[in-house]
Amino acid sequence: MKPRRFDYARPDSVAEALALLAEHGDAARVLAGGQSLMAMLNLRLLEPAILVDIARLEELDTIRIAGDMVEVGAAVIQNRLKDWPELTARLPLLARALPFVGHFQTRNRGTVCGSVAHADPSSEIPLTLATLGGEVVLRSRRGLRTVAAADFQRGMLTTAREPDELITAVRFPVQTGNRVAFREVARRHGDFAIVAIAASVENAVATARGAAVVRVGIGGVADRPAVRRIVIDGAGAAKSAFEALAWELEGYDDIHASARLRRDLLRRVGPAVVEEALQCAA
Amino acid sequence: MRRVNKDERARIAFILNGRAVAGDAEPRLLLTDFLRHVIGATGTHVGCEHGVCGCCTVLIDGAAVRGCLTLAVQAEGRSVTTVESLASADGTLNALQNAFRQHHGLQCGFCTPGILMSFTDYLARNPHPTEDEIREVLSGHLCRCTGYAGIVAAVLAASGGAPDTSRASINEESRSQP
Repeated sequence: MKPRRFDYARPDSVAEALALLAEHGDAARVLAGGQSLMAMLNLRLLEPAILVDIARLEELDTIRIAGDMVEVGAAVIQNRLKDWPELTARLPLLARALPFVGHFQTRNRGTVCGSVAHADPSSEIPLTLATLGGEVVLRSRRGLRTVAAADFQRGMLTTAREPDELITAVRFPVQTGNRVAFREVARRHGDFAIVAIAASVENAVATARGAAVVRVGIGGVADRPAVRRIVIDGAGAAKSAFEALAWELEGYDDIHASARLRRDLLRRVGPAVVEEALQCAA
Repeated sequence: MRRVNKDERARIAFILNGRAVAGDAEPRLLLTDFLRHVIGATGTHVGCEHGVCGCCTVLIDGAAVRGCLTLAVQAEGRSVTTVESLASADGTLNALQNAFRQHHGLQCGFCTPGILMSFTDYLARNPHPTEDEIREVLSGHLCRCTGYAGIVAAVLAASGGAPDTSRASINEESRSQP
């Protein structure tokens, strides 16, 4: 299908983009890579009055290390971050997750911040951002604020962004360890994850009896990423933790999978992902 | 700031396969429809129109992207490359196209232009991919005729690689079973 009519604006600066968002509010949609937005427009699931195209804004096309964070600007495409030479050393979990994001062809246009803005519950980048405890940088004419990833994604395709705000960047905390794992189950590589699971061993947190503490993130089961710390203090600890999580998160039915299948996959794949992370050489 | 109102038809100009082209388009016109209906370059095919099938894949500034998830106005000033660029002016197929022909990489041909453009970009970045790498790029396309084996063989041949023999032997075993 074809989109309904809309106005198109390609501002030359972030300031101009913010002015457009302040003027049009809810009636405007921000277009960056368009890999979710254009599909929704073509299917007429959205009918904005105006698109604000930020893809060419050079001031947003930056990856930089700011203190203990890696800041990725809103015009940075997913393949550029995937190929960033520092990625594996600084953000090993994200390096594992990015190959699962869409396909080679969609990563050539889709942006990192666009995935976070779209807030699909099965999406890998928001899952990784939440698992690592990252944050979202929002700008409007009213000012600038940062929101923790955990507070940003509010539900299915719903975020804390106000209509006049632009996500200018997301920030991933640099990881101190590299014991990580990421797996997902999908119908075809690159399709929507039925279940996606991230695990990162927290080296800094050592318990008295030498048990490992693992931070796990689960996508595709609840209406937003679920992040939990689990303590692995013996055989069967991961299994019982995921058993409890499966009941807690419930899951949802859609065209790809039933809630029950999502829970079963979580129980079966979850402990294997934690085990894989624990087996990584420190 | 570039601004086009919804009922306005703006002049869109870009480089298509090395030649300057231009035409008029509303903001909502997709790059695929602009290429096919305004410019008349019908080599790029239109399948699902929501980014799943990959038939519409073209290169923008050398990168393989979905034509159906791109507005014509977004291609303004860019360099767009389509399947029409691959063969020589006299119709001689290039190495990748020729490999598709040799290895049964196509049957009806509907998905082929998009797949050729994806691998035109990918092989420029990674000239000697493994079979797994080829299959991963191919996961961004749907082909309903070939079962993909011929496409994988064609890309391997075009990049000077050999098929994965462990996979081939599994196929032999399954074939020999009653």
